[in-house]
Amino acid sequence: MKEAKKSVLIKNGRVIDPVNSVDEVCDILVLDGKIAKVAKDIKADIAIENTIDATGKIVTPGLIDIHVHFREPGDEEEETIASGSAAAVAGGFTSVVCMPNTDPPIQDETSVEFVHRMGRQARKTHVYVMGAMTKDRKGVELAEMGLMAKAGAVGFTDDGAGVQDSAVMSRVLKYSSMFGLVVSQHCQDAAFAGRGVMNSGYNSTILGLPGIDALAEEMMLWRDIQLVKKTGAKYHAQHLSTKGSIDIIRQAKADGLNVTCEVTPHHLLFTDDCIKDYDTNYKVNPPLRTQKDVAAITDAIKDGIVDALVTDHAPHLMSEKELEFLAAPFGIAGIECALGLYIKALIETEVIGWSQLIAMLSSRPAKIIGIDDEKGALSEGYWADITIIDPEAKYRVDINKFESKARNCPYGGWLLSGKVEYTIVGGEIRFSSDI
Amino acid sequence: MIRRRDKGFKWTRKHLIGLRELSREEIEFILDTADGFSQINKRSIKKSPTLRGKLVVNMFFEDSTRTRNSFSLAASRLSADVIEFTKKSSALSKGETLLDTARNLEAMGVDTVVLRHGAGGASKLLSRKINAAIVNAGDGFNEHPTQALLDVYTIKKHRGSLDGLKIGIVGDIANSRVARSNIWAMTKLGAEVTLVAPPTLMPPQVSKLPVRVSYDLDEVIEELDVINMLRIQFERLSSNPFPSKREYSKWFGLTSERMKRAKDDIIVMHPGPMNRGVEIESAVADGKNSVILEQVANGISVRMAVLYLVNKAAAQIEKERGKR
Repeated sequence: MKEAKKSVLIKNGRVIDPVNSVDEVCDILVLDGKIAKVAKDIKADIAIENTIDATGKIVTPGLIDIHVHFREPGDEEEETIASGSAAAVAGGFTSVVCMPNTDPPIQDETSVEFVHRMGRQARKTHVYVMGAMTKDRKGVELAEMGLMAKAGAVGFTDDGAGVQDSAVMSRVLKYSSMFGLVVSQHCQDAAFAGRGVMNSGYNSTILGLPGIDALAEEMMLWRDIQLVKKTGAKYHAQHLSTKGSIDIIRQAKADGLNVTCEVTPHHLLFTDDCIKDYDTNYKVNPPLRTQKDVAAITDAIKDGIVDALVTDHAPHLMSEKELEFLAAPFGIAGIECALGLYIKALIETEVIGWSQLIAMLSSRPAKIIGIDDEKGALSEGYWADITIIDPEAKYRVDINKFESKARNCPYGGWLLSGKVEYTIVGGEIRFSSDI
Repeated sequence: MIRRRDKGFKWTRKHLIGLRELSREEIEFILDTADGFSQINKRSIKKSPTLRGKLVVNMFFEDSTRTRNSFSLAASRLSADVIEFTKKSSALSKGETLLDTARNLEAMGVDTVVLRHGAGGASKLLSRKINAAIVNAGDGFNEHPTQALLDVYTIKKHRGSLDGLKIGIVGDIANSRVARSNIWAMTKLGAEVTLVAPPTLMPPQVSKLPVRVSYDLDEVIEELDVINMLRIQFERLSSNPFPSKREYSKWFGLTSERMKRAKDDIIVMHPGPMNRGVEIESAVADGKNSVILEQVANGISVRMAVLYLVNKAAAQIEKERGKR
């Protein structure tokens, strides 16, 4: 019998595929790296490379993280596209979107192609990239969005900073709408945020650290929404951290605008109380807020207002994270345990069910970056990107065993459930917990 | 006048990072210990062998004359060896990191690091990472514990106790480590503290602190037993929180005119260095109610007490470690 290339048969898993409204125990057949069939009791008539017994496991479209920092080019000591990709598949992610705030920034077709090439060479996860929306991410002149779009960029952002000038932002939104790609904003009014390093509030007062007021995020988000109303562009708000931002997004969606948003695990699991000992592992931008904000974000997830769950995986050297809280860089790395964190924050607390969770980790982010015609679902002919999760298996986070180079992770020692058993990308097993 | 209340109390802290984490009992114990050391400072030979053979490093990353000299003097009066390490750098400048610098000093066998640094939490960071005892001599705008200790020591010398005293702290509260340490020390010792400043110099959610807040010095001046005039730190004010010095002193300066409405025996304090004519008028700074120079003198006794106590606790911890 002839053996099919890139073929997998996954038997008896609980298949959750939100796009096709599937949530039942069945089999999946993968041929030539594509989904061939999802049905009960599939009997392959040709030889299959890999047959996986998924009894008791959850089988989902490969997870998609539209917000990661793999630091290449420029800061390869912190992370590379290869190490980040290995971490991604260990976390169950079959597609990631790299942010362009590298050194130099991703702002032309050559650098977009470079990221793609390094991703292909790593041969782990699909590596996508967003390009800068303004030159050198300075918020003054437009970057070559058209050329980057042609090279395969999936959106534009100056992540790490928001575009401050309203006239420039308006131009970015108008111009980008020509390509139908998303504009993804890190909402923060820089002047208003000042030198802030944590949430502005009682905790910043008693720790003697400069704060970033919630309004710094909300004012820019509100402004952007008004600009979206005028321009009709496709707009995405990154890592929302405040109740006020959630209120603004709710209203924008109620008004029928083409607006999406994302949240991170840390804005669901932590508040600024965590900073009490000046632990720089909790220094992140936007900063950790208050319980009121966490509750508002959680409610928004429950109500379907939040489109994508991301990691904002932000590797840093420990020698930098060991600096004074004021001087240490912002960022939390944790792509390898992100799924477990979301299960802890949303499933174990019964905020949402599995199908909703998986949608926010696959089909909905796929739609934001415009790859939903080939990824993010288990539809026939789609890429065979599949994640197999053991929902019962508990594991302890060991940051020293991360595939990522980063150790700036506050989750070390946490006991999480929802272990990634297999990560399959294009019909190839790119990660298995057995190895 | 100041006496040890509880002979059974035992000081156990190897570091003095801030007063927020200290109990009333601990604060009083430091003050009582300082009172003991103040006797040495009155002798003709002002020296005690308490810390002989110990090495104290004064690690100052910000300009300071008063505090650094005070710590130096305190350490030498206890017979410790003192290394002065001063490096002016902003909290955000690159180069050798704070930890690397401290680890180098640790390799030289330092027992105590007195740290002044521009970043809030710098002392806490050091206390987690190196083995020496850490005394915070000011970290960003977080805390300046020995300043507040000498402030309450001075008040206690005059009034016996802080219980029920009404104390005003006037000036740049938002960017002041002195204000924060003062708030903790004074309220823990039973005083009622009122912060007086324009809203642009108040920290976020100030009303959650155990204090009253006023934007009008004239409204509170009459009731105060003690007034602590903070220095306007022009070097720290990146923003423009008030339009001019003239306008500031009109509303918040301690002038002779305002003093007429204050209690006769109001205690006037200032952590120094003063901007004469801005937050305080010369006639008031040098007047009969001023204890500003007493504060400086008391600072030595208080710092001797702190150095002595942290070293003693460190020795005790070392001893117990040896036993295990």
